[in-house]
Amino acid sequence: MNKGILITAALALAASVALAQHKVPVKLPAAEPGQYEHVAPTLEQLQEDDSIHPELRKAIMRGYDLFMNTQQLRGKHVFNDMNCVSCHMGEGRMAWSAPLWPTMTTLPDYRGKNWQVNSVEDRVIGCFSFSMNGIPPDYDSDIMVALLAYQQWTARGAPVYDWNIAGRGFGKVADPPKAPDYQRGEKVFADNCALCHGADGQGQYVDGVMQFPSLWGDRSYNWGAGMSRVDTAAAFIKYNMPLGQPGRLSDQDAWDVAYFISAQERPQDPRYEKSARYTREKYNNFHSRTLYGTIVNGRVLGEHVNTGEKPILMPEALSRKRVFD
Amino acid sequence: MYKTRLLAWATALLALGSSAALSAPADMERGKELAQACVACHGAEGAGMATGGFPRLNILTSGHMVKQLQDVKSGTRESAVMMPFVAGMDEQQMRDVSAWFAAQTAAPPAPPEADAELMALGEKLASRGDWDRYIPACHSCHGPKNQGVGDAFPALAGQHAGYIESQLNAWRNGSRDNDPLQLMLAVAERMNDTDVRAVAAWLAAQPADGDDKP
Repeated sequence: MNKGILITAALALAASVALAQHKVPVKLPAAEPGQYEHVAPTLEQLQEDDSIHPELRKAIMRGYDLFMNTQQLRGKHVFNDMNCVSCHMGEGRMAWSAPLWPTMTTLPDYRGKNWQVNSVEDRVIGCFSFSMNGIPPDYDSDIMVALLAYQQWTARGAPVYDWNIAGRGFGKVADPPKAPDYQRGEKVFADNCALCHGADGQGQYVDGVMQFPSLWGDRSYNWGAGMSRVDTAAAFIKYNMPLGQPGRLSDQDAWDVAYFISAQERPQDPRYEKSARYTREKYNNFHSRTLYGTIVNGRVLGEHVNTGEKPILMPEALSRKRVFD
Repeated sequence: MYKTRLLAWATALLALGSSAALSAPADMERGKELAQACVACHGAEGAGMATGGFPRLNILTSGHMVKQLQDVKSGTRESAVMMPFVAGMDEQQMRDVSAWFAAQTAAPPAPPEADAELMALGEKLASRGDWDRYIPACHSCHGPKNQGVGDAFPALAGQHAGYIESQLNAWRNGSRDNDPLQLMLAVAERMNDTDVRAVAAWLAAQPADGDDKP
C-alpha cells in the first residue's frame, strides 16, 4: 500500500475523532469488528504521483469531471437533473455516501437486483438507466472508460474481493420504533429539507442550473433507482443530510422523511410491463422495499406512462443477459 | 424558471414561519433616508469597507439583510457595532433599508493581499471542499459562482475578505448562531485559521453578480 495513502488514512481517522467534539458532530457508525476501512486517495495525490502515466491521469480527471458534472451528458445519456455526485457525496470517496471504490474491488459479482453476475460497467449502466433516468453510454465508450478510471483511482490500496467493508453503500438504519409515516415525514421534510429542496421538493435552480436537486417528479430519479427504496433513502438521509451533518436526524425521522419522499411520483421504472402492480410483483426482490405499485393516499404509485424527458422506456443495455454455463 | 423557483422559495420561507415577512412592500424612499445612518461604514452604495470588515451590502438580497438585522436585534448574531442601529428599528424599517441597499450598484473590493499558496488553498476549499474533514465546497450551498442562492445562502463572491473571515470566526467562537439548520456552523467549526483566511481571500477575489458586466 502507498505510504501517502496510509498517512492520509491515519489523518482522516484522527480528524473524525476531532469532528465528534464539535457542536454539530459528524455522527457516523463505527466499523464493525473485522471490517476494513479504506480512505480513497485524493486528486492532489493523483497530481503528485509519478507512477501514473500522464495519459491515464487525463482519463481519471475526465472521469472525475463527468462524475461531478454529469449534466454535460444531458439529452444524450442523462434525462434528469442529477449528477453522479448528487448521491455519491464527497466526490464518491466517502464511506456511508455510496463510495465508488467497493464496486472496483468486489465486482464482477452476483447481484440480486437483476439475478446475475454484474460487471462494473453493468453497475454504471444501471446508474444511468435508473438514477439518471437515462440512456447509458456504450460499454466500451470513452465515457465509460473515464468513469471507471476515476472509480479505480478511488479504490487504490483497497483489497480486492474482500467483501467485509465498512461504510459500503449508505449503510443501514435500524428499524424505527414506529412504522414510517407520511404525515410525520412531511413535517420532517418541512423542518429539515425544504430550505434547500423547496417546499414542493422540486429543488432550486440558479440561472437554470440545478443547485439543490428535485427529490421527485420528472427532474428526479425514476422508480427503478436504488434511492426509491425507502430503506436506502433513509440511510442516505441519515448519514448525509442535511449537507455536512451526518447523523443529525433520529432514525425515526430519517425513516419517516424517506417514506414521505418515496411516496411521491417519479418517472416510470424502465423495466415496466403491463401495470405497476405486475412490475412490482415481477421485481419484488427490489420493489418490496419501494412503495411502487402500492396505494398511498388513495392512488397507485407508478401507474402511468410518464418517462420524464427520456424519449424511450427501456434502454437496450438493461436487457443484457449473462450466462456462464 | 429562476423567478418561479424564487416564488417557491418565498412560499417555503413563509411556510416555515420565517419572520422575514414579505407582506408589506418596501418603501425605497424611506429606505434611502434610513440608509444615511449606514453609509459611514457601509459606503454610499453599500460597497462596504475593507478596513473594519464592514460587509458589502449591495450583493446581498433584501430578505437576507432583513433577517440579519432581526437576528442582531434578537442576539443570535452578536454585533456590538450594529446593535445601537438596529435597537430602535422596526420590521418595516428593516425591510425598507434592506431593499434600498439590495438595489444599489457598488464597486467590488480591492483584491485582498494573499500569496499564491493561500489563494490555491482557498480555491480548493471553495471549489471542492475537504471531505476528509467533512467540509463541503462553498458552492454546494452558495451557488455555482458563489453569488448566492435565495435569502438563506448569501453571495460570497466579491464580498470583503475581512468580513468573510470575521463571520467564519464568529461561528467558530460562538458569537454567531443564526444560520438555518446550523448549516454554516457545522462547516465553520471544522475549519482552521489558515482555511478561513484562504477561503475568504479567494472568495473576495471572485466577481459578484454584476461585477463582470459593464
